[in-house]
Formats: sequence, structure tokens, C-alpha cells
Amino acid sequence: MSNFFEKSDVSRKEAESIISDTLQKCDDGELYLENSKSESILLDDNKIKNSSYNSDLGFGFRAISDEVVAYSHSNEISKNSLKQSSENLKSTLKSVKGTYNHEIPKSNKKYYDNINPIEQKSLNEKIKILNDVNDYLRSKGDKVKQVTANFLGEQKSVEIIRSGGETLSDVRPLVRFNVSVMVEKDGRKETGIYGVGGRQSYDSYLKDENWKSVCDEALRIASVNLESKPAPAGEMKVVLGPGWPAILIHEAVGHGLEGDFNRKKTSAFHNLMGQKVASEGVTIIDDGTIDNRRGSLTIDDEGTPTEKTVLIENGILKNFMQDRLNARLMKTKSTGSGRRENYRHIVLPRMRNTMMLSGKQTQEEMIKAVDKGIFAVSFGGGQVDITSGKFVFNCTEAYEIVNGKIGSPIKGATLIGDGPSILKEVSMVGNDMMMDPGIGTCGKAGQGVPVGVAQPSILINKMTVGGTKL
Amino acid sequence: MVKDQEFLETKASYCLGLAKKLGATDSSVIVKNSISETVNFRNKNLDESNRSDDLGLSITTYIGKKKSSISSSNLLNDNLNILIEKCIETTKNTPEDEFNSLPDRDLFAKEAKDLNLYDETHIENNQKIDYLKKLEAAASNDKKIVNTESSFTQNKSNFVLANSEGFCDGYKTSSFTASSVTVAKDEKSMERDYEYSSKCFLKDLDDADELGNLAANQTIRKLSPKKIGSEKIAIIFDKRIAKGVLSTFASAISSSAISRGTSFLKDKVNQKIFSDKINVFDKPDMLKGLGSRNFDSEGVKTDTLKLVDQGILKHYLIDTYNGKKLNLKSNGRCGGTSNLYFENGNINFKDLLNSHSKSLYITETIGHGSNIVTGDYSVGATGFLIENGEFKYPINEITIAGNFKDMFQNITLANDLEFKYATNSPTMLIEGMVVAGK
Repeated sequence: MSNFFEKSDVSRKEAESIISDTLQKCDDGELYLENSKSESILLDDNKIKNSSYNSDLGFGFRAISDEVVAYSHSNEISKNSLKQSSENLKSTLKSVKGTYNHEIPKSNKKYYDNINPIEQKSLNEKIKILNDVNDYLRSKGDKVKQVTANFLGEQKSVEIIRSGGETLSDVRPLVRFNVSVMVEKDGRKETGIYGVGGRQSYDSYLKDENWKSVCDEALRIASVNLESKPAPAGEMKVVLGPGWPAILIHEAVGHGLEGDFNRKKTSAFHNLMGQKVASEGVTIIDDGTIDNRRGSLTIDDEGTPTEKTVLIENGILKNFMQDRLNARLMKTKSTGSGRRENYRHIVLPRMRNTMMLSGKQTQEEMIKAVDKGIFAVSFGGGQVDITSGKFVFNCTEAYEIVNGKIGSPIKGATLIGDGPSILKEVSMVGNDMMMDPGIGTCGKAGQGVPVGVAQPSILINKMTVGGTKL
Repeated sequence: MVKDQEFLETKASYCLGLAKKLGATDSSVIVKNSISETVNFRNKNLDESNRSDDLGLSITTYIGKKKSSISSSNLLNDNLNILIEKCIETTKNTPEDEFNSLPDRDLFAKEAKDLNLYDETHIENNQKIDYLKKLEAAASNDKKIVNTESSFTQNKSNFVLANSEGFCDGYKTSSFTASSVTVAKDEKSMERDYEYSSKCFLKDLDDADELGNLAANQTIRKLSPKKIGSEKIAIIFDKRIAKGVLSTFASAISSSAISRGTSFLKDKVNQKIFSDKINVFDKPDMLKGLGSRNFDSEGVKTDTLKLVDQGILKHYLIDTYNGKKLNLKSNGRCGGTSNLYFENGNINFKDLLNSHSKSLYITETIGHGSNIVTGDYSVGATGFLIENGEFKYPINEITIAGNFKDMFQNITLANDLEFKYATNSPTMLIEGMVVAGK
């Protein structure tokens, strides 16, 4: 654990007294301290293009009175800088009359080990694997024209000091290994990308030459796309494969179920609590408690232990995801969903690992049930307009379905749908739930946080496919 | 107050000195301080205040053709000693790359012009609050507006870039940004839209009333949208979307995409890639320009480039590393473009709307649907149906798709260019795109 006050001119005791003094009549708030170390090693175009290391240290001081949030952050953990932040907060919240809520739940559970993944594998070993990846993929034939591979590793230590001196802390490892390959045939170029990661050592993901299967998958996707033809345009049935395609759930309903948008009544879901928002058999949870997953957290960035939150149960909307501020204003409890990218940012209610649970049907049954439609296996990314509820995501691997059979691969198309109604169009839920490989980053209000998704295969009765073939 | 030049230069030369002592044959360093103060309002009340003070440093060390870099927000010398030592160790262990080097000496920017990028004015939070009250009053005038969120940010930054070849320069910049996001509701729908203004100088910022009114009107007119059928149709991109087409063009001509062979515009210099009459400029020395700069992020001088002349591609955007790889000189575009824009076309906005009996006017796109390897483009879109020059009704839940290679050849530009962002385009019409709807 980091000792944030060791090299500072302010002692822990003095800091605690500045915090308690500043937050006296506020409803909530805390000092959030963060020390993160991260590395990036990149192979590209046959060379090690980049090896960089970042060390980031800073604090964010937050005071909340009723609905108003005052925030101040700095890189310097010093008496001067804490005092200046305290003054900034006080000047925003001039006449506060709140009662500080000291209550914060406790848990002894931990969902990852206190390790520093960067130090666990030497630079030379990492460089060797990257070079092996390059050689391996380029040995697969002349069509391989470009290979990019990288290691991203991080260890983030956080500490939350609340009024009265209560302290909560967490040390979070996070790694990611990515491979991107570009192939060319008859003047046509296509790319395939695959990666793995989570909150463990690099070796947990790469042992026994597992990096080869990451390469194989990236190359498979690129090769499939070389044969792809233009995607159809218009409304049709869509079968989604298991695992990563669950970013549909993340975009279509996940964001709309975050507490802030619902408190402000700007989410298309704000007046649907307790109502049917999905077909029977559709259950969606947001779970921060799965061991070593990318979206898991022992405590969130306000110190609340994470939990498994049921969002939609058998089609009925049950809960929103909450941080402390939105929970208090909506008279409910934090679900341990208060997150921030780093100390530079305020806390927002965010997703962790968002999952649709398994049903009873098979993927085969779904394909058979489609006369004309598409089968989407992998996606690049998505986005949602919370207010209108419209969301999109971009296919990176998809096939047409004709008369119950999978046909040719189709070019990257965007799918667009309506969040509040899309889950009512789910007519089959598969028995093959799968987690994504651990590569997701979710963006909201300019802040990126690591997340996970999972789902079984599903059949959606009607979605608009944004191809070019009329 | 942001840290002054002297403080930043002292840190920079400390790092360069230490790197040299520890065995670096070359090194470069950027030290930067940025202070932002933001006030947010929601539904006419104070919602959030946020002050951020960011100090950071990034150093790259070379030992011959080996290279590595570190960055940190902890500028205490104790910490810098540990990090630079680590950086040198990593550099030693990183394989050589023949193209690694600092820029050629003759390319460094010599004299820094004053581009008028820094406004001394400091706006207190009280004054920001006055502005936002006015803005929110205007934005929530109409009963259909059910939520307003607005924001005012003042940013002051200073930086120094220095390297072992003796280059050492930097300057202060400022920005003042106001924005308003409104939500409107009727029986059938709820919609959101926004308006925004960002300037180097406080006195140039848009009027609060005007900003609030625009945000509200743009939102209300989106209510009760319809979905249309799939068809091939002319698309008109509002200026705020049209600039995205230009950004994609810039990514596709970056020397890194070109040297890696991952751009649909590779080997297209001196070829016609846009329709006739299309000219694209990147002009770094615009006074008060939001993308203006005296040199790029390696210290290389930046001249104005006419990237596209009468539809013909003239230059890539070149940095030192990829330039050496392509056997081309850096043109000072490490870190991307500066003030990038399409020159005005010769048709006015009204005539552009009237040019087809039926077209779609797009005001917002969602999704990450631009592929610079293949040129394929497919995004979700929101906008209006235009018939005989008139806005008929709002539309949504559609996608628009095409390929940039074709789209670029079918562009017609209006003559309404404004410098609102760093990258700007007049209103743009593109023929032959496919809309997917019902």
C-alpha cells in the first residue's frame, strides 16, 4: 500500500483535520488519494515502437451539499495544496447546513490479489513475446501485411479518507494484451483485433503459449473479413453470438440504468421502475464481485464494497446502479457503482461487469428461426444517446443468414436500435453465456473505466442494419 | 496561477542534465501545467464546481538508436531521479530502431511569433455563475424544455519543450468554454441537443442568451421524430458533423498510417481524391486560433500547408520518425493538425438545401463507424428530412453508410465556413450515400 503522506509536509493527522473541518456541515465528501504506475510496450511494423512508463500521483477533494458537488484536485500532496483545495470547496458551498453521513458498509472480501503485474515480468520477457507474436503471425503467409501487439499493465493504489478519519483502501492490478493484424489480398485490406486481460498477472493469460491463440483469433477475424461482401441495409432479424456482443446490453440498457440519468429524469428508463422492459426470460445483472475480472472492484471509488446488482429480473426493471450522491437523493442505497477514471475526475455511477444470464435455447435453434437476417459475432464499439434511447454498435465480424443457414461474411456495418424497446424484441435466450475476454473500456463524460460484459446467444426480432446494399 | 516559464524550464533542464549524466545520447522533455476552473448549472441551480491543477512531465531518452519514455505527475526531484534512472535502464533494454532520432537541427522553430493565444483575464466563479444564470434562463424559456445542464470553464496552461539539441521554448495558452445541453419532451418523445462556444479570449465568447436559445431551439425541433425507409439519398452534414469528415481525412493522411500501410489514402499524393474545387488548408499561425501553434510536439516549425488543391492530395502529415521511414522531411505535424479547414464552396446554405428535391440533413451521428484502412463508413444518425429546401420533419434511428473514397469525390460545400473549433468545415452535401431505416 502507498503511504501518501510519507514524503509530504502534511501528516496524516493534519490531513484528517483539514478533511473533517472542510466537510463539517456537508452531506458527504472525502479525500481520494491515488498512486498509479502503468506501462505500455508496443510492437508495430516489425519493431518495438514504444516502451513507456507512467507514474501518477494526486488527490481529489470532494464536498457535497444537497445536490451540489464541489471538487478540487491537484498533483501535489502538500499542506498548501490541501488547504487551497479546502478553500475552493468552502467558497463554492457557502452556507451549508447538512449532516455528514458517516455510514459506509464494510466487507472483508477481496476480488483480486495485491500484486504489481509490471514488476512480475521482466521487460526482456515482454519484448520476447511481442517479437514471437510478430514472427508467428508473419509466418502465416504473405497476406499478413501488418502486425501490432502490445502489453498494457497497471497497478493503482487508492485511499479514501472520510470526515472523522475513517480510511478505506484498495490496490488494483490490471493488465491487457492485444494483437492486431492486417491482411491483404487482391488489393483489399482488412484488420482483425483480439485481446485478453483482467486483474491478474500477465502470465495468467499468456502461459503455455496462450498468446498463440490470441494471434490465431485476430488472424481468423481478419481473414473472414477479406471474403466479406457489402452488408444489407434495413430492418431484419439479428442473432448475436455469446460473450463480447453483450456490449449491446451495455449500450442499449446499461447506461440508461445508471442512477444519475434517472435522478435527473433524462434517461428513457426513468419512469419504468417495476415495469416490463424486456421479454420474459431476460435477466440482467451488474456484478463487481467476480474474481479477477476487468470490471471487478473490491471497493468502488467512494469506498463502498461492490455487489451483484440485479437490474432486470425476468423482464421486469428492478434496480438502477447508484453511487452515494444519487442514492441519497433518490432515497436508496449505493450499489457500489461509484467510479472515476482517476483522481482528476468526479465520481459517477458506472457499470462494472454487465451480464445477461443464460436461458434455455441453443444458438442453432436461433439461426434456424431466421429467414433473412444477420449473425453478429464480434463488435468494435458502441454508443448510446441516453435521452432518445437510440444506440449503435459496429460489427467487426458478421454473416448473413439466409433461410435458416449461415451465409457469407458481411462488411462492418453499424446496427442501430432503441434501448427501451430492444429487449422486448428478444425472442430467444441461449444456454451458452460467456464472459468477454477482458478488453472493454467504457466512456462517460470524458472518463474511461475498465468494464466487462457477458451474455448468451440471443435472437432479436427486429433491428436496423446499416449496410450499403439496398 | 499557472507555473511560470522559469519553473518549467528549470525542471526541464534538470531532467535533460540527469539523462545525459546517466548515459543518454539524446533526450527531450515536455513539462506542462494546466489549471482549469469549471462551474456547472442544472435546471437553473448550481450543480458542481471543479478546480483542477495538473502538473506533468514526460521525458524521452535515446541511447544511439534505442529509445524509451516515462511520464509523471510527481515532479519532486527525488521521484524524477528514480524515474529517469528507470527510463535509462529501459532504453538500454529496448531494441534499436534505425528511424529513432530527434528532429533534424535545421527544422527546429527559430523565432516564436505571438499568436495571441493567451488572455490574462481571470473570470471569478461568481461571474461564471452570472453568465450561466442568463444562459439557463434563455435555455429553459420554452415549457417543452424539461432539463438544462450548462457549464463554464476557464483554462490556463503553460508548457516548455526542451531537448538535448538545445531547443527550449514554450508559451501560455488560455481558453474559455461555455456549453448548454438541453432535454425537451412531448407526449411521444424525449430528445437532447446542445450548443457550445470556446474561445482563447473571454471577450470573444458567444453571448449567454444566444447560446441558451440556440441549444433549446435545436432540441425542441427534434421532438416527435420519424423513422424513414432505406434508400440511396443525398446527405447534408451540418457543420458540426462535417468537420468529422475532415478529421477522418487527417487520420488517413497521418504519416504513421501511411508508413504502416494502414490507410486508404496511401500512395495517393498528387492524385485526385476529392471532387474538383475542393481545397483543404492546415494553418497553424491563425491569431487566436483554437488549433494554433508555433511548433509541433517535437519542436519542428510548422508552415501553412495546402493539403488538398483542387481535389488533389498534396501532402501527408509528417513527423520525424515516420518521415525518416518514408524518406520525407517532417512538416511539423507531430501531434496532428493545427487549424484544419475546407475552403468555402461557392453556393450558399439555402441553395445547398434546395439543390435536391429530397435530402437528409444530419445534425448528429453516433458510433465509431469510420474505418481508415478500408475507407468504410457506417454510423447511426439523427436529423431532418429536407424537401424542396424546407425542413419537413425530424428523423432518427437510421444509419448512413458509404465509403470515403466515393464520398470524397461527391462533396459539394456551402460558403458558410466559421472558425468555431480547431477543425472546421462549411455545410457539406454528399451524394449517393445509403440510408438504412425501416
